[in-house]
Amino acid sequence: MSGDPAAAGALVLAGVSIASRDGRHLVDRLDLTVPPGIVATVMGPSGIGKSTLLAYVAGFIDRRAFAAEGRVMIGHERIDTLPAEARHVGILFQDPVLFPHLSVAGNLLFGLPRGRWRNRAERRARVSEALEQAGLAGFEDRDPATLSGGQKARVSLLRTLLAEPRALLLDEPFGKLDAALRADVRAFVFAHARERGLPALLVTHDAEDGEAAGGPVVALAGPGVRPPSG
Amino acid sequence: MLLRLAPAATLAVLAGPVVLGLAFTLLPAFGFLPALGGTDFSLDGWRMLFAAPGFATALALTVGTGLATTLLALILAAGLFAAAAHRPGMARLRRLIVPLLASPPSGVALGFAFLAMPSGWLVRLLSPWATGWQVPPAGLVTVGDPLGASLVAALLLKEVPYLALMLFAASATVPVERLTAAARALGRGPATAWAMVVFPRLYRQVRLPVFAVLAFSMSVVDVAIIVGPGNPPPLAVLATRWFQGYDLALYYPAAAAATLQFLLVVIAILLWLAFERPIAALHRRWLARGSRSRVPGTAAEVAGALAGLLIVLGLLSLLAMLIWSFAGSWRFPAALPDHWQLALWRDEAGGAAALAGTSAGIGLAAVAIALVLTLACLENEQRHGLHPGAAVLWLIYLPLIVPQIAFLFGVQVLLIHAGLDGTPAAVVWAHLVFVLPFVFLSLADAYRALDPRYAMTAAAMGAGRWRVFLMVKLPLLARPILVAAAVGFAVSIAQYLPTLFAGAGRVATLTTEAVTLSSGGDRRILGLVAVLQTALPLAAYGLALAVPFLAFRRFRGMA
Repeated sequence: MSGDPAAAGALVLAGVSIASRDGRHLVDRLDLTVPPGIVATVMGPSGIGKSTLLAYVAGFIDRRAFAAEGRVMIGHERIDTLPAEARHVGILFQDPVLFPHLSVAGNLLFGLPRGRWRNRAERRARVSEALEQAGLAGFEDRDPATLSGGQKARVSLLRTLLAEPRALLLDEPFGKLDAALRADVRAFVFAHARERGLPALLVTHDAEDGEAAGGPVVALAGPGVRPPSG
Repeated sequence: MLLRLAPAATLAVLAGPVVLGLAFTLLPAFGFLPALGGTDFSLDGWRMLFAAPGFATALALTVGTGLATTLLALILAAGLFAAAAHRPGMARLRRLIVPLLASPPSGVALGFAFLAMPSGWLVRLLSPWATGWQVPPAGLVTVGDPLGASLVAALLLKEVPYLALMLFAASATVPVERLTAAARALGRGPATAWAMVVFPRLYRQVRLPVFAVLAFSMSVVDVAIIVGPGNPPPLAVLATRWFQGYDLALYYPAAAAATLQFLLVVIAILLWLAFERPIAALHRRWLARGSRSRVPGTAAEVAGALAGLLIVLGLLSLLAMLIWSFAGSWRFPAALPDHWQLALWRDEAGGAAALAGTSAGIGLAAVAIALVLTLACLENEQRHGLHPGAAVLWLIYLPLIVPQIAFLFGVQVLLIHAGLDGTPAAVVWAHLVFVLPFVFLSLADAYRALDPRYAMTAAAMGAGRWRVFLMVKLPLLARPILVAAAVGFAVSIAQYLPTLFAGAGRVATLTTEAVTLSSGGDRRILGLVAVLQTALPLAAYGLALAVPFLAFRRFRGMA
């Protein structure tokens, strides 16, 4: 590749290895660069360690269950040494994981950086604007439990984006949606990632997701197999 | 970081008093009590204990009533499950036992005494039409019978619901339906199927609660004072009498009795463990034989019916105390008072409010500390990915398995040394030793089961650990946290010996007052105190359910 994509805020994994404490190698010296606005895909059957890889990148890996090493960087900044809350890496799970004790606006306000919008009215305006752009105008006071599956997925993504992440991790976020909704939500998520120039890393067992993402695809084949670099 | 110290602090709060208290009970048993001039090794305490009139009977009562209560409680609670697990009324039953779980053993015992005594409700309901009695039968001995049968019955009213609750909790982790379905497909009745395949699995999980019941039944003091045999009483009551008496020389035999009480519980638990294997082997042989006998099924149904009867008796006991507190004149053999009155509640309001205030204050303080320690331990566990093992569980159960009398005297000795005896702080700490295990045990599963992705999502949005704890975990766990608090509060309200010893007899709560009044007090005042004893913990349970319901009523996902 020409130039230095890292300088522009790419998500870089360098020599990342993960092994479970019972001796299975899940990820072996993975090198991967995801440039801004690109969605890279890690493919593999379930149970192979895809989610564990995202947990390592996001800073949630259970150190008692897994031995993990390797550098994770955003641009030139190394983040694998930082606590999860300082990495600014957004994550979407298979379920929307909306906080059930907060309204839709409450959920969205949770992640809004506090340094940027101090004023309460400004913060609410920012949330309303985001909802409107996502076709969810007037949903501020709704109970998240009353939303449809597609609406929940949208609110979940909006919440993550409002927190202004520097990279996006997608842990099979379309896995539980039915076929019609799936393409719709997928397009919504990918469009937002591209529009904001976020490097995104998607893990999935569905080849269709990988094709739709349009970025490099890495297959995690299982113990001992070294995946090609992206 | 302060949080890292939480497990150590919790351990110190729990095990410290138990271990130190045991040591300082053991020393006077062998003659060492410098405060009273005891500086030499001596076996006089033991000689006095063995020579005490009725010692052998006291010993037999302790072991007999303790083992009988535990065995019966386990059989009845298991029978209740075997008979009811497949019936739709099970959920209702669970709500029905809440008042019995909430009310202190002494309160239930007072109510039971009124049901069972010769002039009590059961005889009244049968008189004069069935018995012909126009006056209470003089020759009939029910409450306080020398064999301790009424003591066992009163304890069962509390322990059967408790073990049933433990079985409820355990059965959530066992695929009950699948297991029984397999056995039923082989032609067994539902109760037999339950006893064959589900109970052995559940038993492993309720073993520690069973030991807690065993230790409690063998060494209970307040219930034994109210309905147990008086002369001689069980060992723990004997020791309490000597400790509380004015003759300081009796401290030595009292300490010896308390030490013996500890040994008895240890031996009983070892015996129980020794019998587990042969019984498990018999159970396996029963399964292997493939018997289609109807006897086990019938036995389980009978045990279940008896347990149901017991629950009804328990609820009647609570109701009886309520009626007494509003009774004017109530002649034998009328089933209900001839006159009702509100005067008692009006006249006694001041005194009762003071007692209730003290009880609630101690309870709230103990619960607040217990909650902080429990939440700190659980949060620390999650931050460092710890998975505490069985040893930790035994440590948490320690104060529930070591008899209270065996270490509370030692605790009192230490408190006197420190000049803290009789202070509110000492009483709160003594309660905390028993409140903390219950709060921890009732909260831990819910805390550990919370979907970790909530905390991950919050952290990924930049929320620090404290913000995640305060804004995500606490509200999501509001209900289990408040229920754990209510459980702890009920435990505190029930404490008799810890209040007596740490309070040096100067701190009066509803429970100490109930026990004091039980010997010959006005039955109506007794009713009022017992009603408050049950009402306070019930109110706490009510709040624990109502507050999250109201706070999150807008949110369906929080239901």
